[in-house]
Amino acid sequence: METTNTLSARDFSSDQEVKWCPGCGDYSILKQMQSVVPELGIAREDIVFISGIGCSSRFPYYMNTYGMHSIHGRAPAIATGLKITNPDLSIWVITGDGDGLSIGGNHLIHLLRRNVDLNVLLFNNQVYGLTKGQYSPTSELGKKTKSSPLGSLDHPFNPLALALGADASFVARSIDRDPKHLREILSASHHHKGTSFIEVYQNCNVFNDGTFLNFTDKKLKDEFVLLLEEGQPLVYDQGKKGIRLNGLKPEIVNLEEGASLNDLWVHDSRDATKAYVLSRFFDDSLPRPFGIFYQADRPCYEDDLLDQIDHAKGVQGEGDLDDLLRGKRSWTVG
Amino acid sequence: MKNTQALKKVTILFAGDSGDGIQLAGSQFANTTALAGNDLSTFPDFPAEIRAPIGTVSGVSGFQINFGSEEIHTPGGRPDVLVALNAAAYRKNFPSLKSAGTIILDPAGFDKKNLRLAGYDDEENPLLNKPADYQFYEIEVTRLNRDAMKEVEIAPRDRDRSRNMFVLGFIYFLYNRDLEVTLHFLEEKFKHKPDALEANKKALMAGYNYGDTIEAITRFRIEKAKLPAGEYRNVTGNQALALGLIAASKKAGLDLFYGSYPITPASDILHELAARKNYGVKTFQAEDEIAAITSAIGASFGGALGVTGTSGPGMALKTEALGLAMMLELPLVVVNVQRGGPSTGLPTKTEQSDLMQAVYGRNGETPIPVIAASSPSDCFWAAFEGAKYAIEHMTPVIVLSDGYLANSSEPWLFPKAADLAEIKAPFRMEVENYLPYERDEREVREWAIPGQAGLEHRLGGLEKEDKTGNVSYDAENHELMVKTRARKVAMVAKDYPETRLLQGAEKADLLVLGWGNTKGAIQVAVAQALAEGLSVAQLHLRYINPLPEDLGAILQRYPHILIPELNDGQLVRIIRDHYLVKADVLDKIQGKPFLAEEILAQIKKVLKDGNH
Repeated sequence: METTNTLSARDFSSDQEVKWCPGCGDYSILKQMQSVVPELGIAREDIVFISGIGCSSRFPYYMNTYGMHSIHGRAPAIATGLKITNPDLSIWVITGDGDGLSIGGNHLIHLLRRNVDLNVLLFNNQVYGLTKGQYSPTSELGKKTKSSPLGSLDHPFNPLALALGADASFVARSIDRDPKHLREILSASHHHKGTSFIEVYQNCNVFNDGTFLNFTDKKLKDEFVLLLEEGQPLVYDQGKKGIRLNGLKPEIVNLEEGASLNDLWVHDSRDATKAYVLSRFFDDSLPRPFGIFYQADRPCYEDDLLDQIDHAKGVQGEGDLDDLLRGKRSWTVG
Repeated sequence: MKNTQALKKVTILFAGDSGDGIQLAGSQFANTTALAGNDLSTFPDFPAEIRAPIGTVSGVSGFQINFGSEEIHTPGGRPDVLVALNAAAYRKNFPSLKSAGTIILDPAGFDKKNLRLAGYDDEENPLLNKPADYQFYEIEVTRLNRDAMKEVEIAPRDRDRSRNMFVLGFIYFLYNRDLEVTLHFLEEKFKHKPDALEANKKALMAGYNYGDTIEAITRFRIEKAKLPAGEYRNVTGNQALALGLIAASKKAGLDLFYGSYPITPASDILHELAARKNYGVKTFQAEDEIAAITSAIGASFGGALGVTGTSGPGMALKTEALGLAMMLELPLVVVNVQRGGPSTGLPTKTEQSDLMQAVYGRNGETPIPVIAASSPSDCFWAAFEGAKYAIEHMTPVIVLSDGYLANSSEPWLFPKAADLAEIKAPFRMEVENYLPYERDEREVREWAIPGQAGLEHRLGGLEKEDKTGNVSYDAENHELMVKTRARKVAMVAKDYPETRLLQGAEKADLLVLGWGNTKGAIQVAVAQALAEGLSVAQLHLRYINPLPEDLGAILQRYPHILIPELNDGQLVRIIRDHYLVKADVLDKIQGKPFLAEEILAQIKKVLKDGNH
């Protein structure tokens, strides 16, 4: 039996009460997910959400699909085993900056290099929420928290640069406060064959409120948000500014003061070098890019594994258990 | 004509530098001997380093084989024959040789340099001061083999590499063995290296022919063993374990997923399974031990038989995930091929020191069934049974093997696929009224697989509400769930066969209780004690958690229980804790299996000291 594809967001909402703090950015992400999945044409029973530990990792409980809330950092490995077992499933790994980049960092990079066909949503709020406010691997240097009263000494990870460094085949960034953009990115990640890595900026209004204000505040965001559009020049601030490449060095140009659209960097998500340069737009001297940084077609681990199995069966024939037990050399005692 | 002497059994220890190809020669001798119809048991013993310092005692690699026309239960205690390719091999192993034993050595391995590397003082040379009563055969292996190599196109630096085959050929001559098995093996191994094939074949034949040409040498004949009728093969513990997993997956109709991270001495299971892709086996070499087990959990969630294999340190890393698997109540087999611990310990040596870890080593109340294999071929049955319980009871199961069982081999009366027990996975098919944690009378929940419409559900490591599986922090519910999970695991014991003594009377002064690899040594020791008229019995424990329901009544019949263990006393504590019986440990923590004589001596001591 297969469920029909005429489901709505409500059909994907489980019967469990959502228990994030009021005002948490997670609500928006959950809502966008619930409204995107009915449009993807996947039967509900073929969708699985796998998470680790942390606020974001409660996500699977709220989706009326198959799901597992596992242990800290291990969701990528669990999802890998599941995908290898059943490649037909649409699997979504839900993780956070602590879960995915600290305790589970190893699994994440290996998932990306293997290119298992999964979608990874990394909710980045730059703080440990569920343990009540310690600095995380994406917290800014000098951040004062309960565990860093004199300021964090840890140089923060740049999640997208990390993903590109691990040869991820789909790398994108979105944000909780831009529902439409988030839905588009979720949909694109589903359609990408291979591991899709999406960093979602997510506001923790209890322990790190306003950390992404530059990208959400109406007065500020024009100046700080750069929306990436395939084949389009990098333009922001209501078309007033753009980005030009001087060699590999990005420069801001003012389109109102004589710079030409023709001189601007045109976004090409298939260009790995440019994707890396974009990922380094990481301080306030340049606008922060949102959208698909990079995508590439690369073989998926589970497909190659199944090919090897098919090949072995073709060459050696389907294994017979009695032959296996007998081995290469046996003898009979009379 | 040579003299030929008939022997009932013999123990040979092949020893040389770890680069001398000792393991290969030994395992060839074992395979040939198995096909010749003898019963046998082997014990490979090698350094942890791939190339330990050449010529030193720490670099010595050994392969012991005990074979005969009678039933063989151990690799033999003290060897009858020591083959020593260098002075270090002699120095390390001479003390364990049987008195008046035979030494076959290569004098080239006893030159000044080798003597110094072996740690002999200047001017000290054991060959100049041979102990009386021992029989020495000094065979110029290196020189004779080089002569043989003159007829082969081979680089000078490679010409000594076939010395192991020369020695093997000579031993084949001595023990009247056929060369065919090894010739066939060489042809397979060097299919694409004709020069190496030629060199090794030539060396093997030269060694054999050398035996034929020298005078005054006695050959030995060992009749076929009277084993139960049937078809046999030779098998190591790790091979058997891999076969047991595949067999279980086939009988259950499930895909086999094996997630593993390379670790000594478990890696051969991964190698065996990775080579079985035509059986549909999916192997996954994970980035670490944690990913190895969690990927297997993911596979089990997806409806496969998820398995992970490791050794002690890796087991420690898997601990948290084991708790998750137990909490999710998904099938999972976790194989621990134990090695010397703690920490990195003795990677290539054997020990039984992870028993407590297997039974208790997790946070929270986390009962998990534990099954221990007792011989190389029994690794098949332990794996098969472990998988059967895991699937039918929806629980992780720990299967304990160890370095000794893993690498040792023995003839195996292998089963027919059709005779293996069926394994029935408790799949949920019906869509109506599905509650993920509703249970049957054995407290087993049903297995609903992603992809099945109408059975969508969420699992997790947080405490669950009874039946629904929804997250619950309710106090009463938590206690109920802890007790329920404990009862579920206890119910596994309902599936065990009756517990039976291996030897001795139902009532005796002493019961020797073993588990794991000690079975063979205890068997020999208790048989000898019984032959000497001592009041003793033997019981071997396979199921360590939950313990068999009929075990307590058996233990109560014996005033004293002796538990030989390759650890500092672990099963003994579990037994005392469960049954409050008088039990003492015979411990050995040397990275080596027990010798039967050590157990026999302790049996005698206990019986003498006791008031019996």
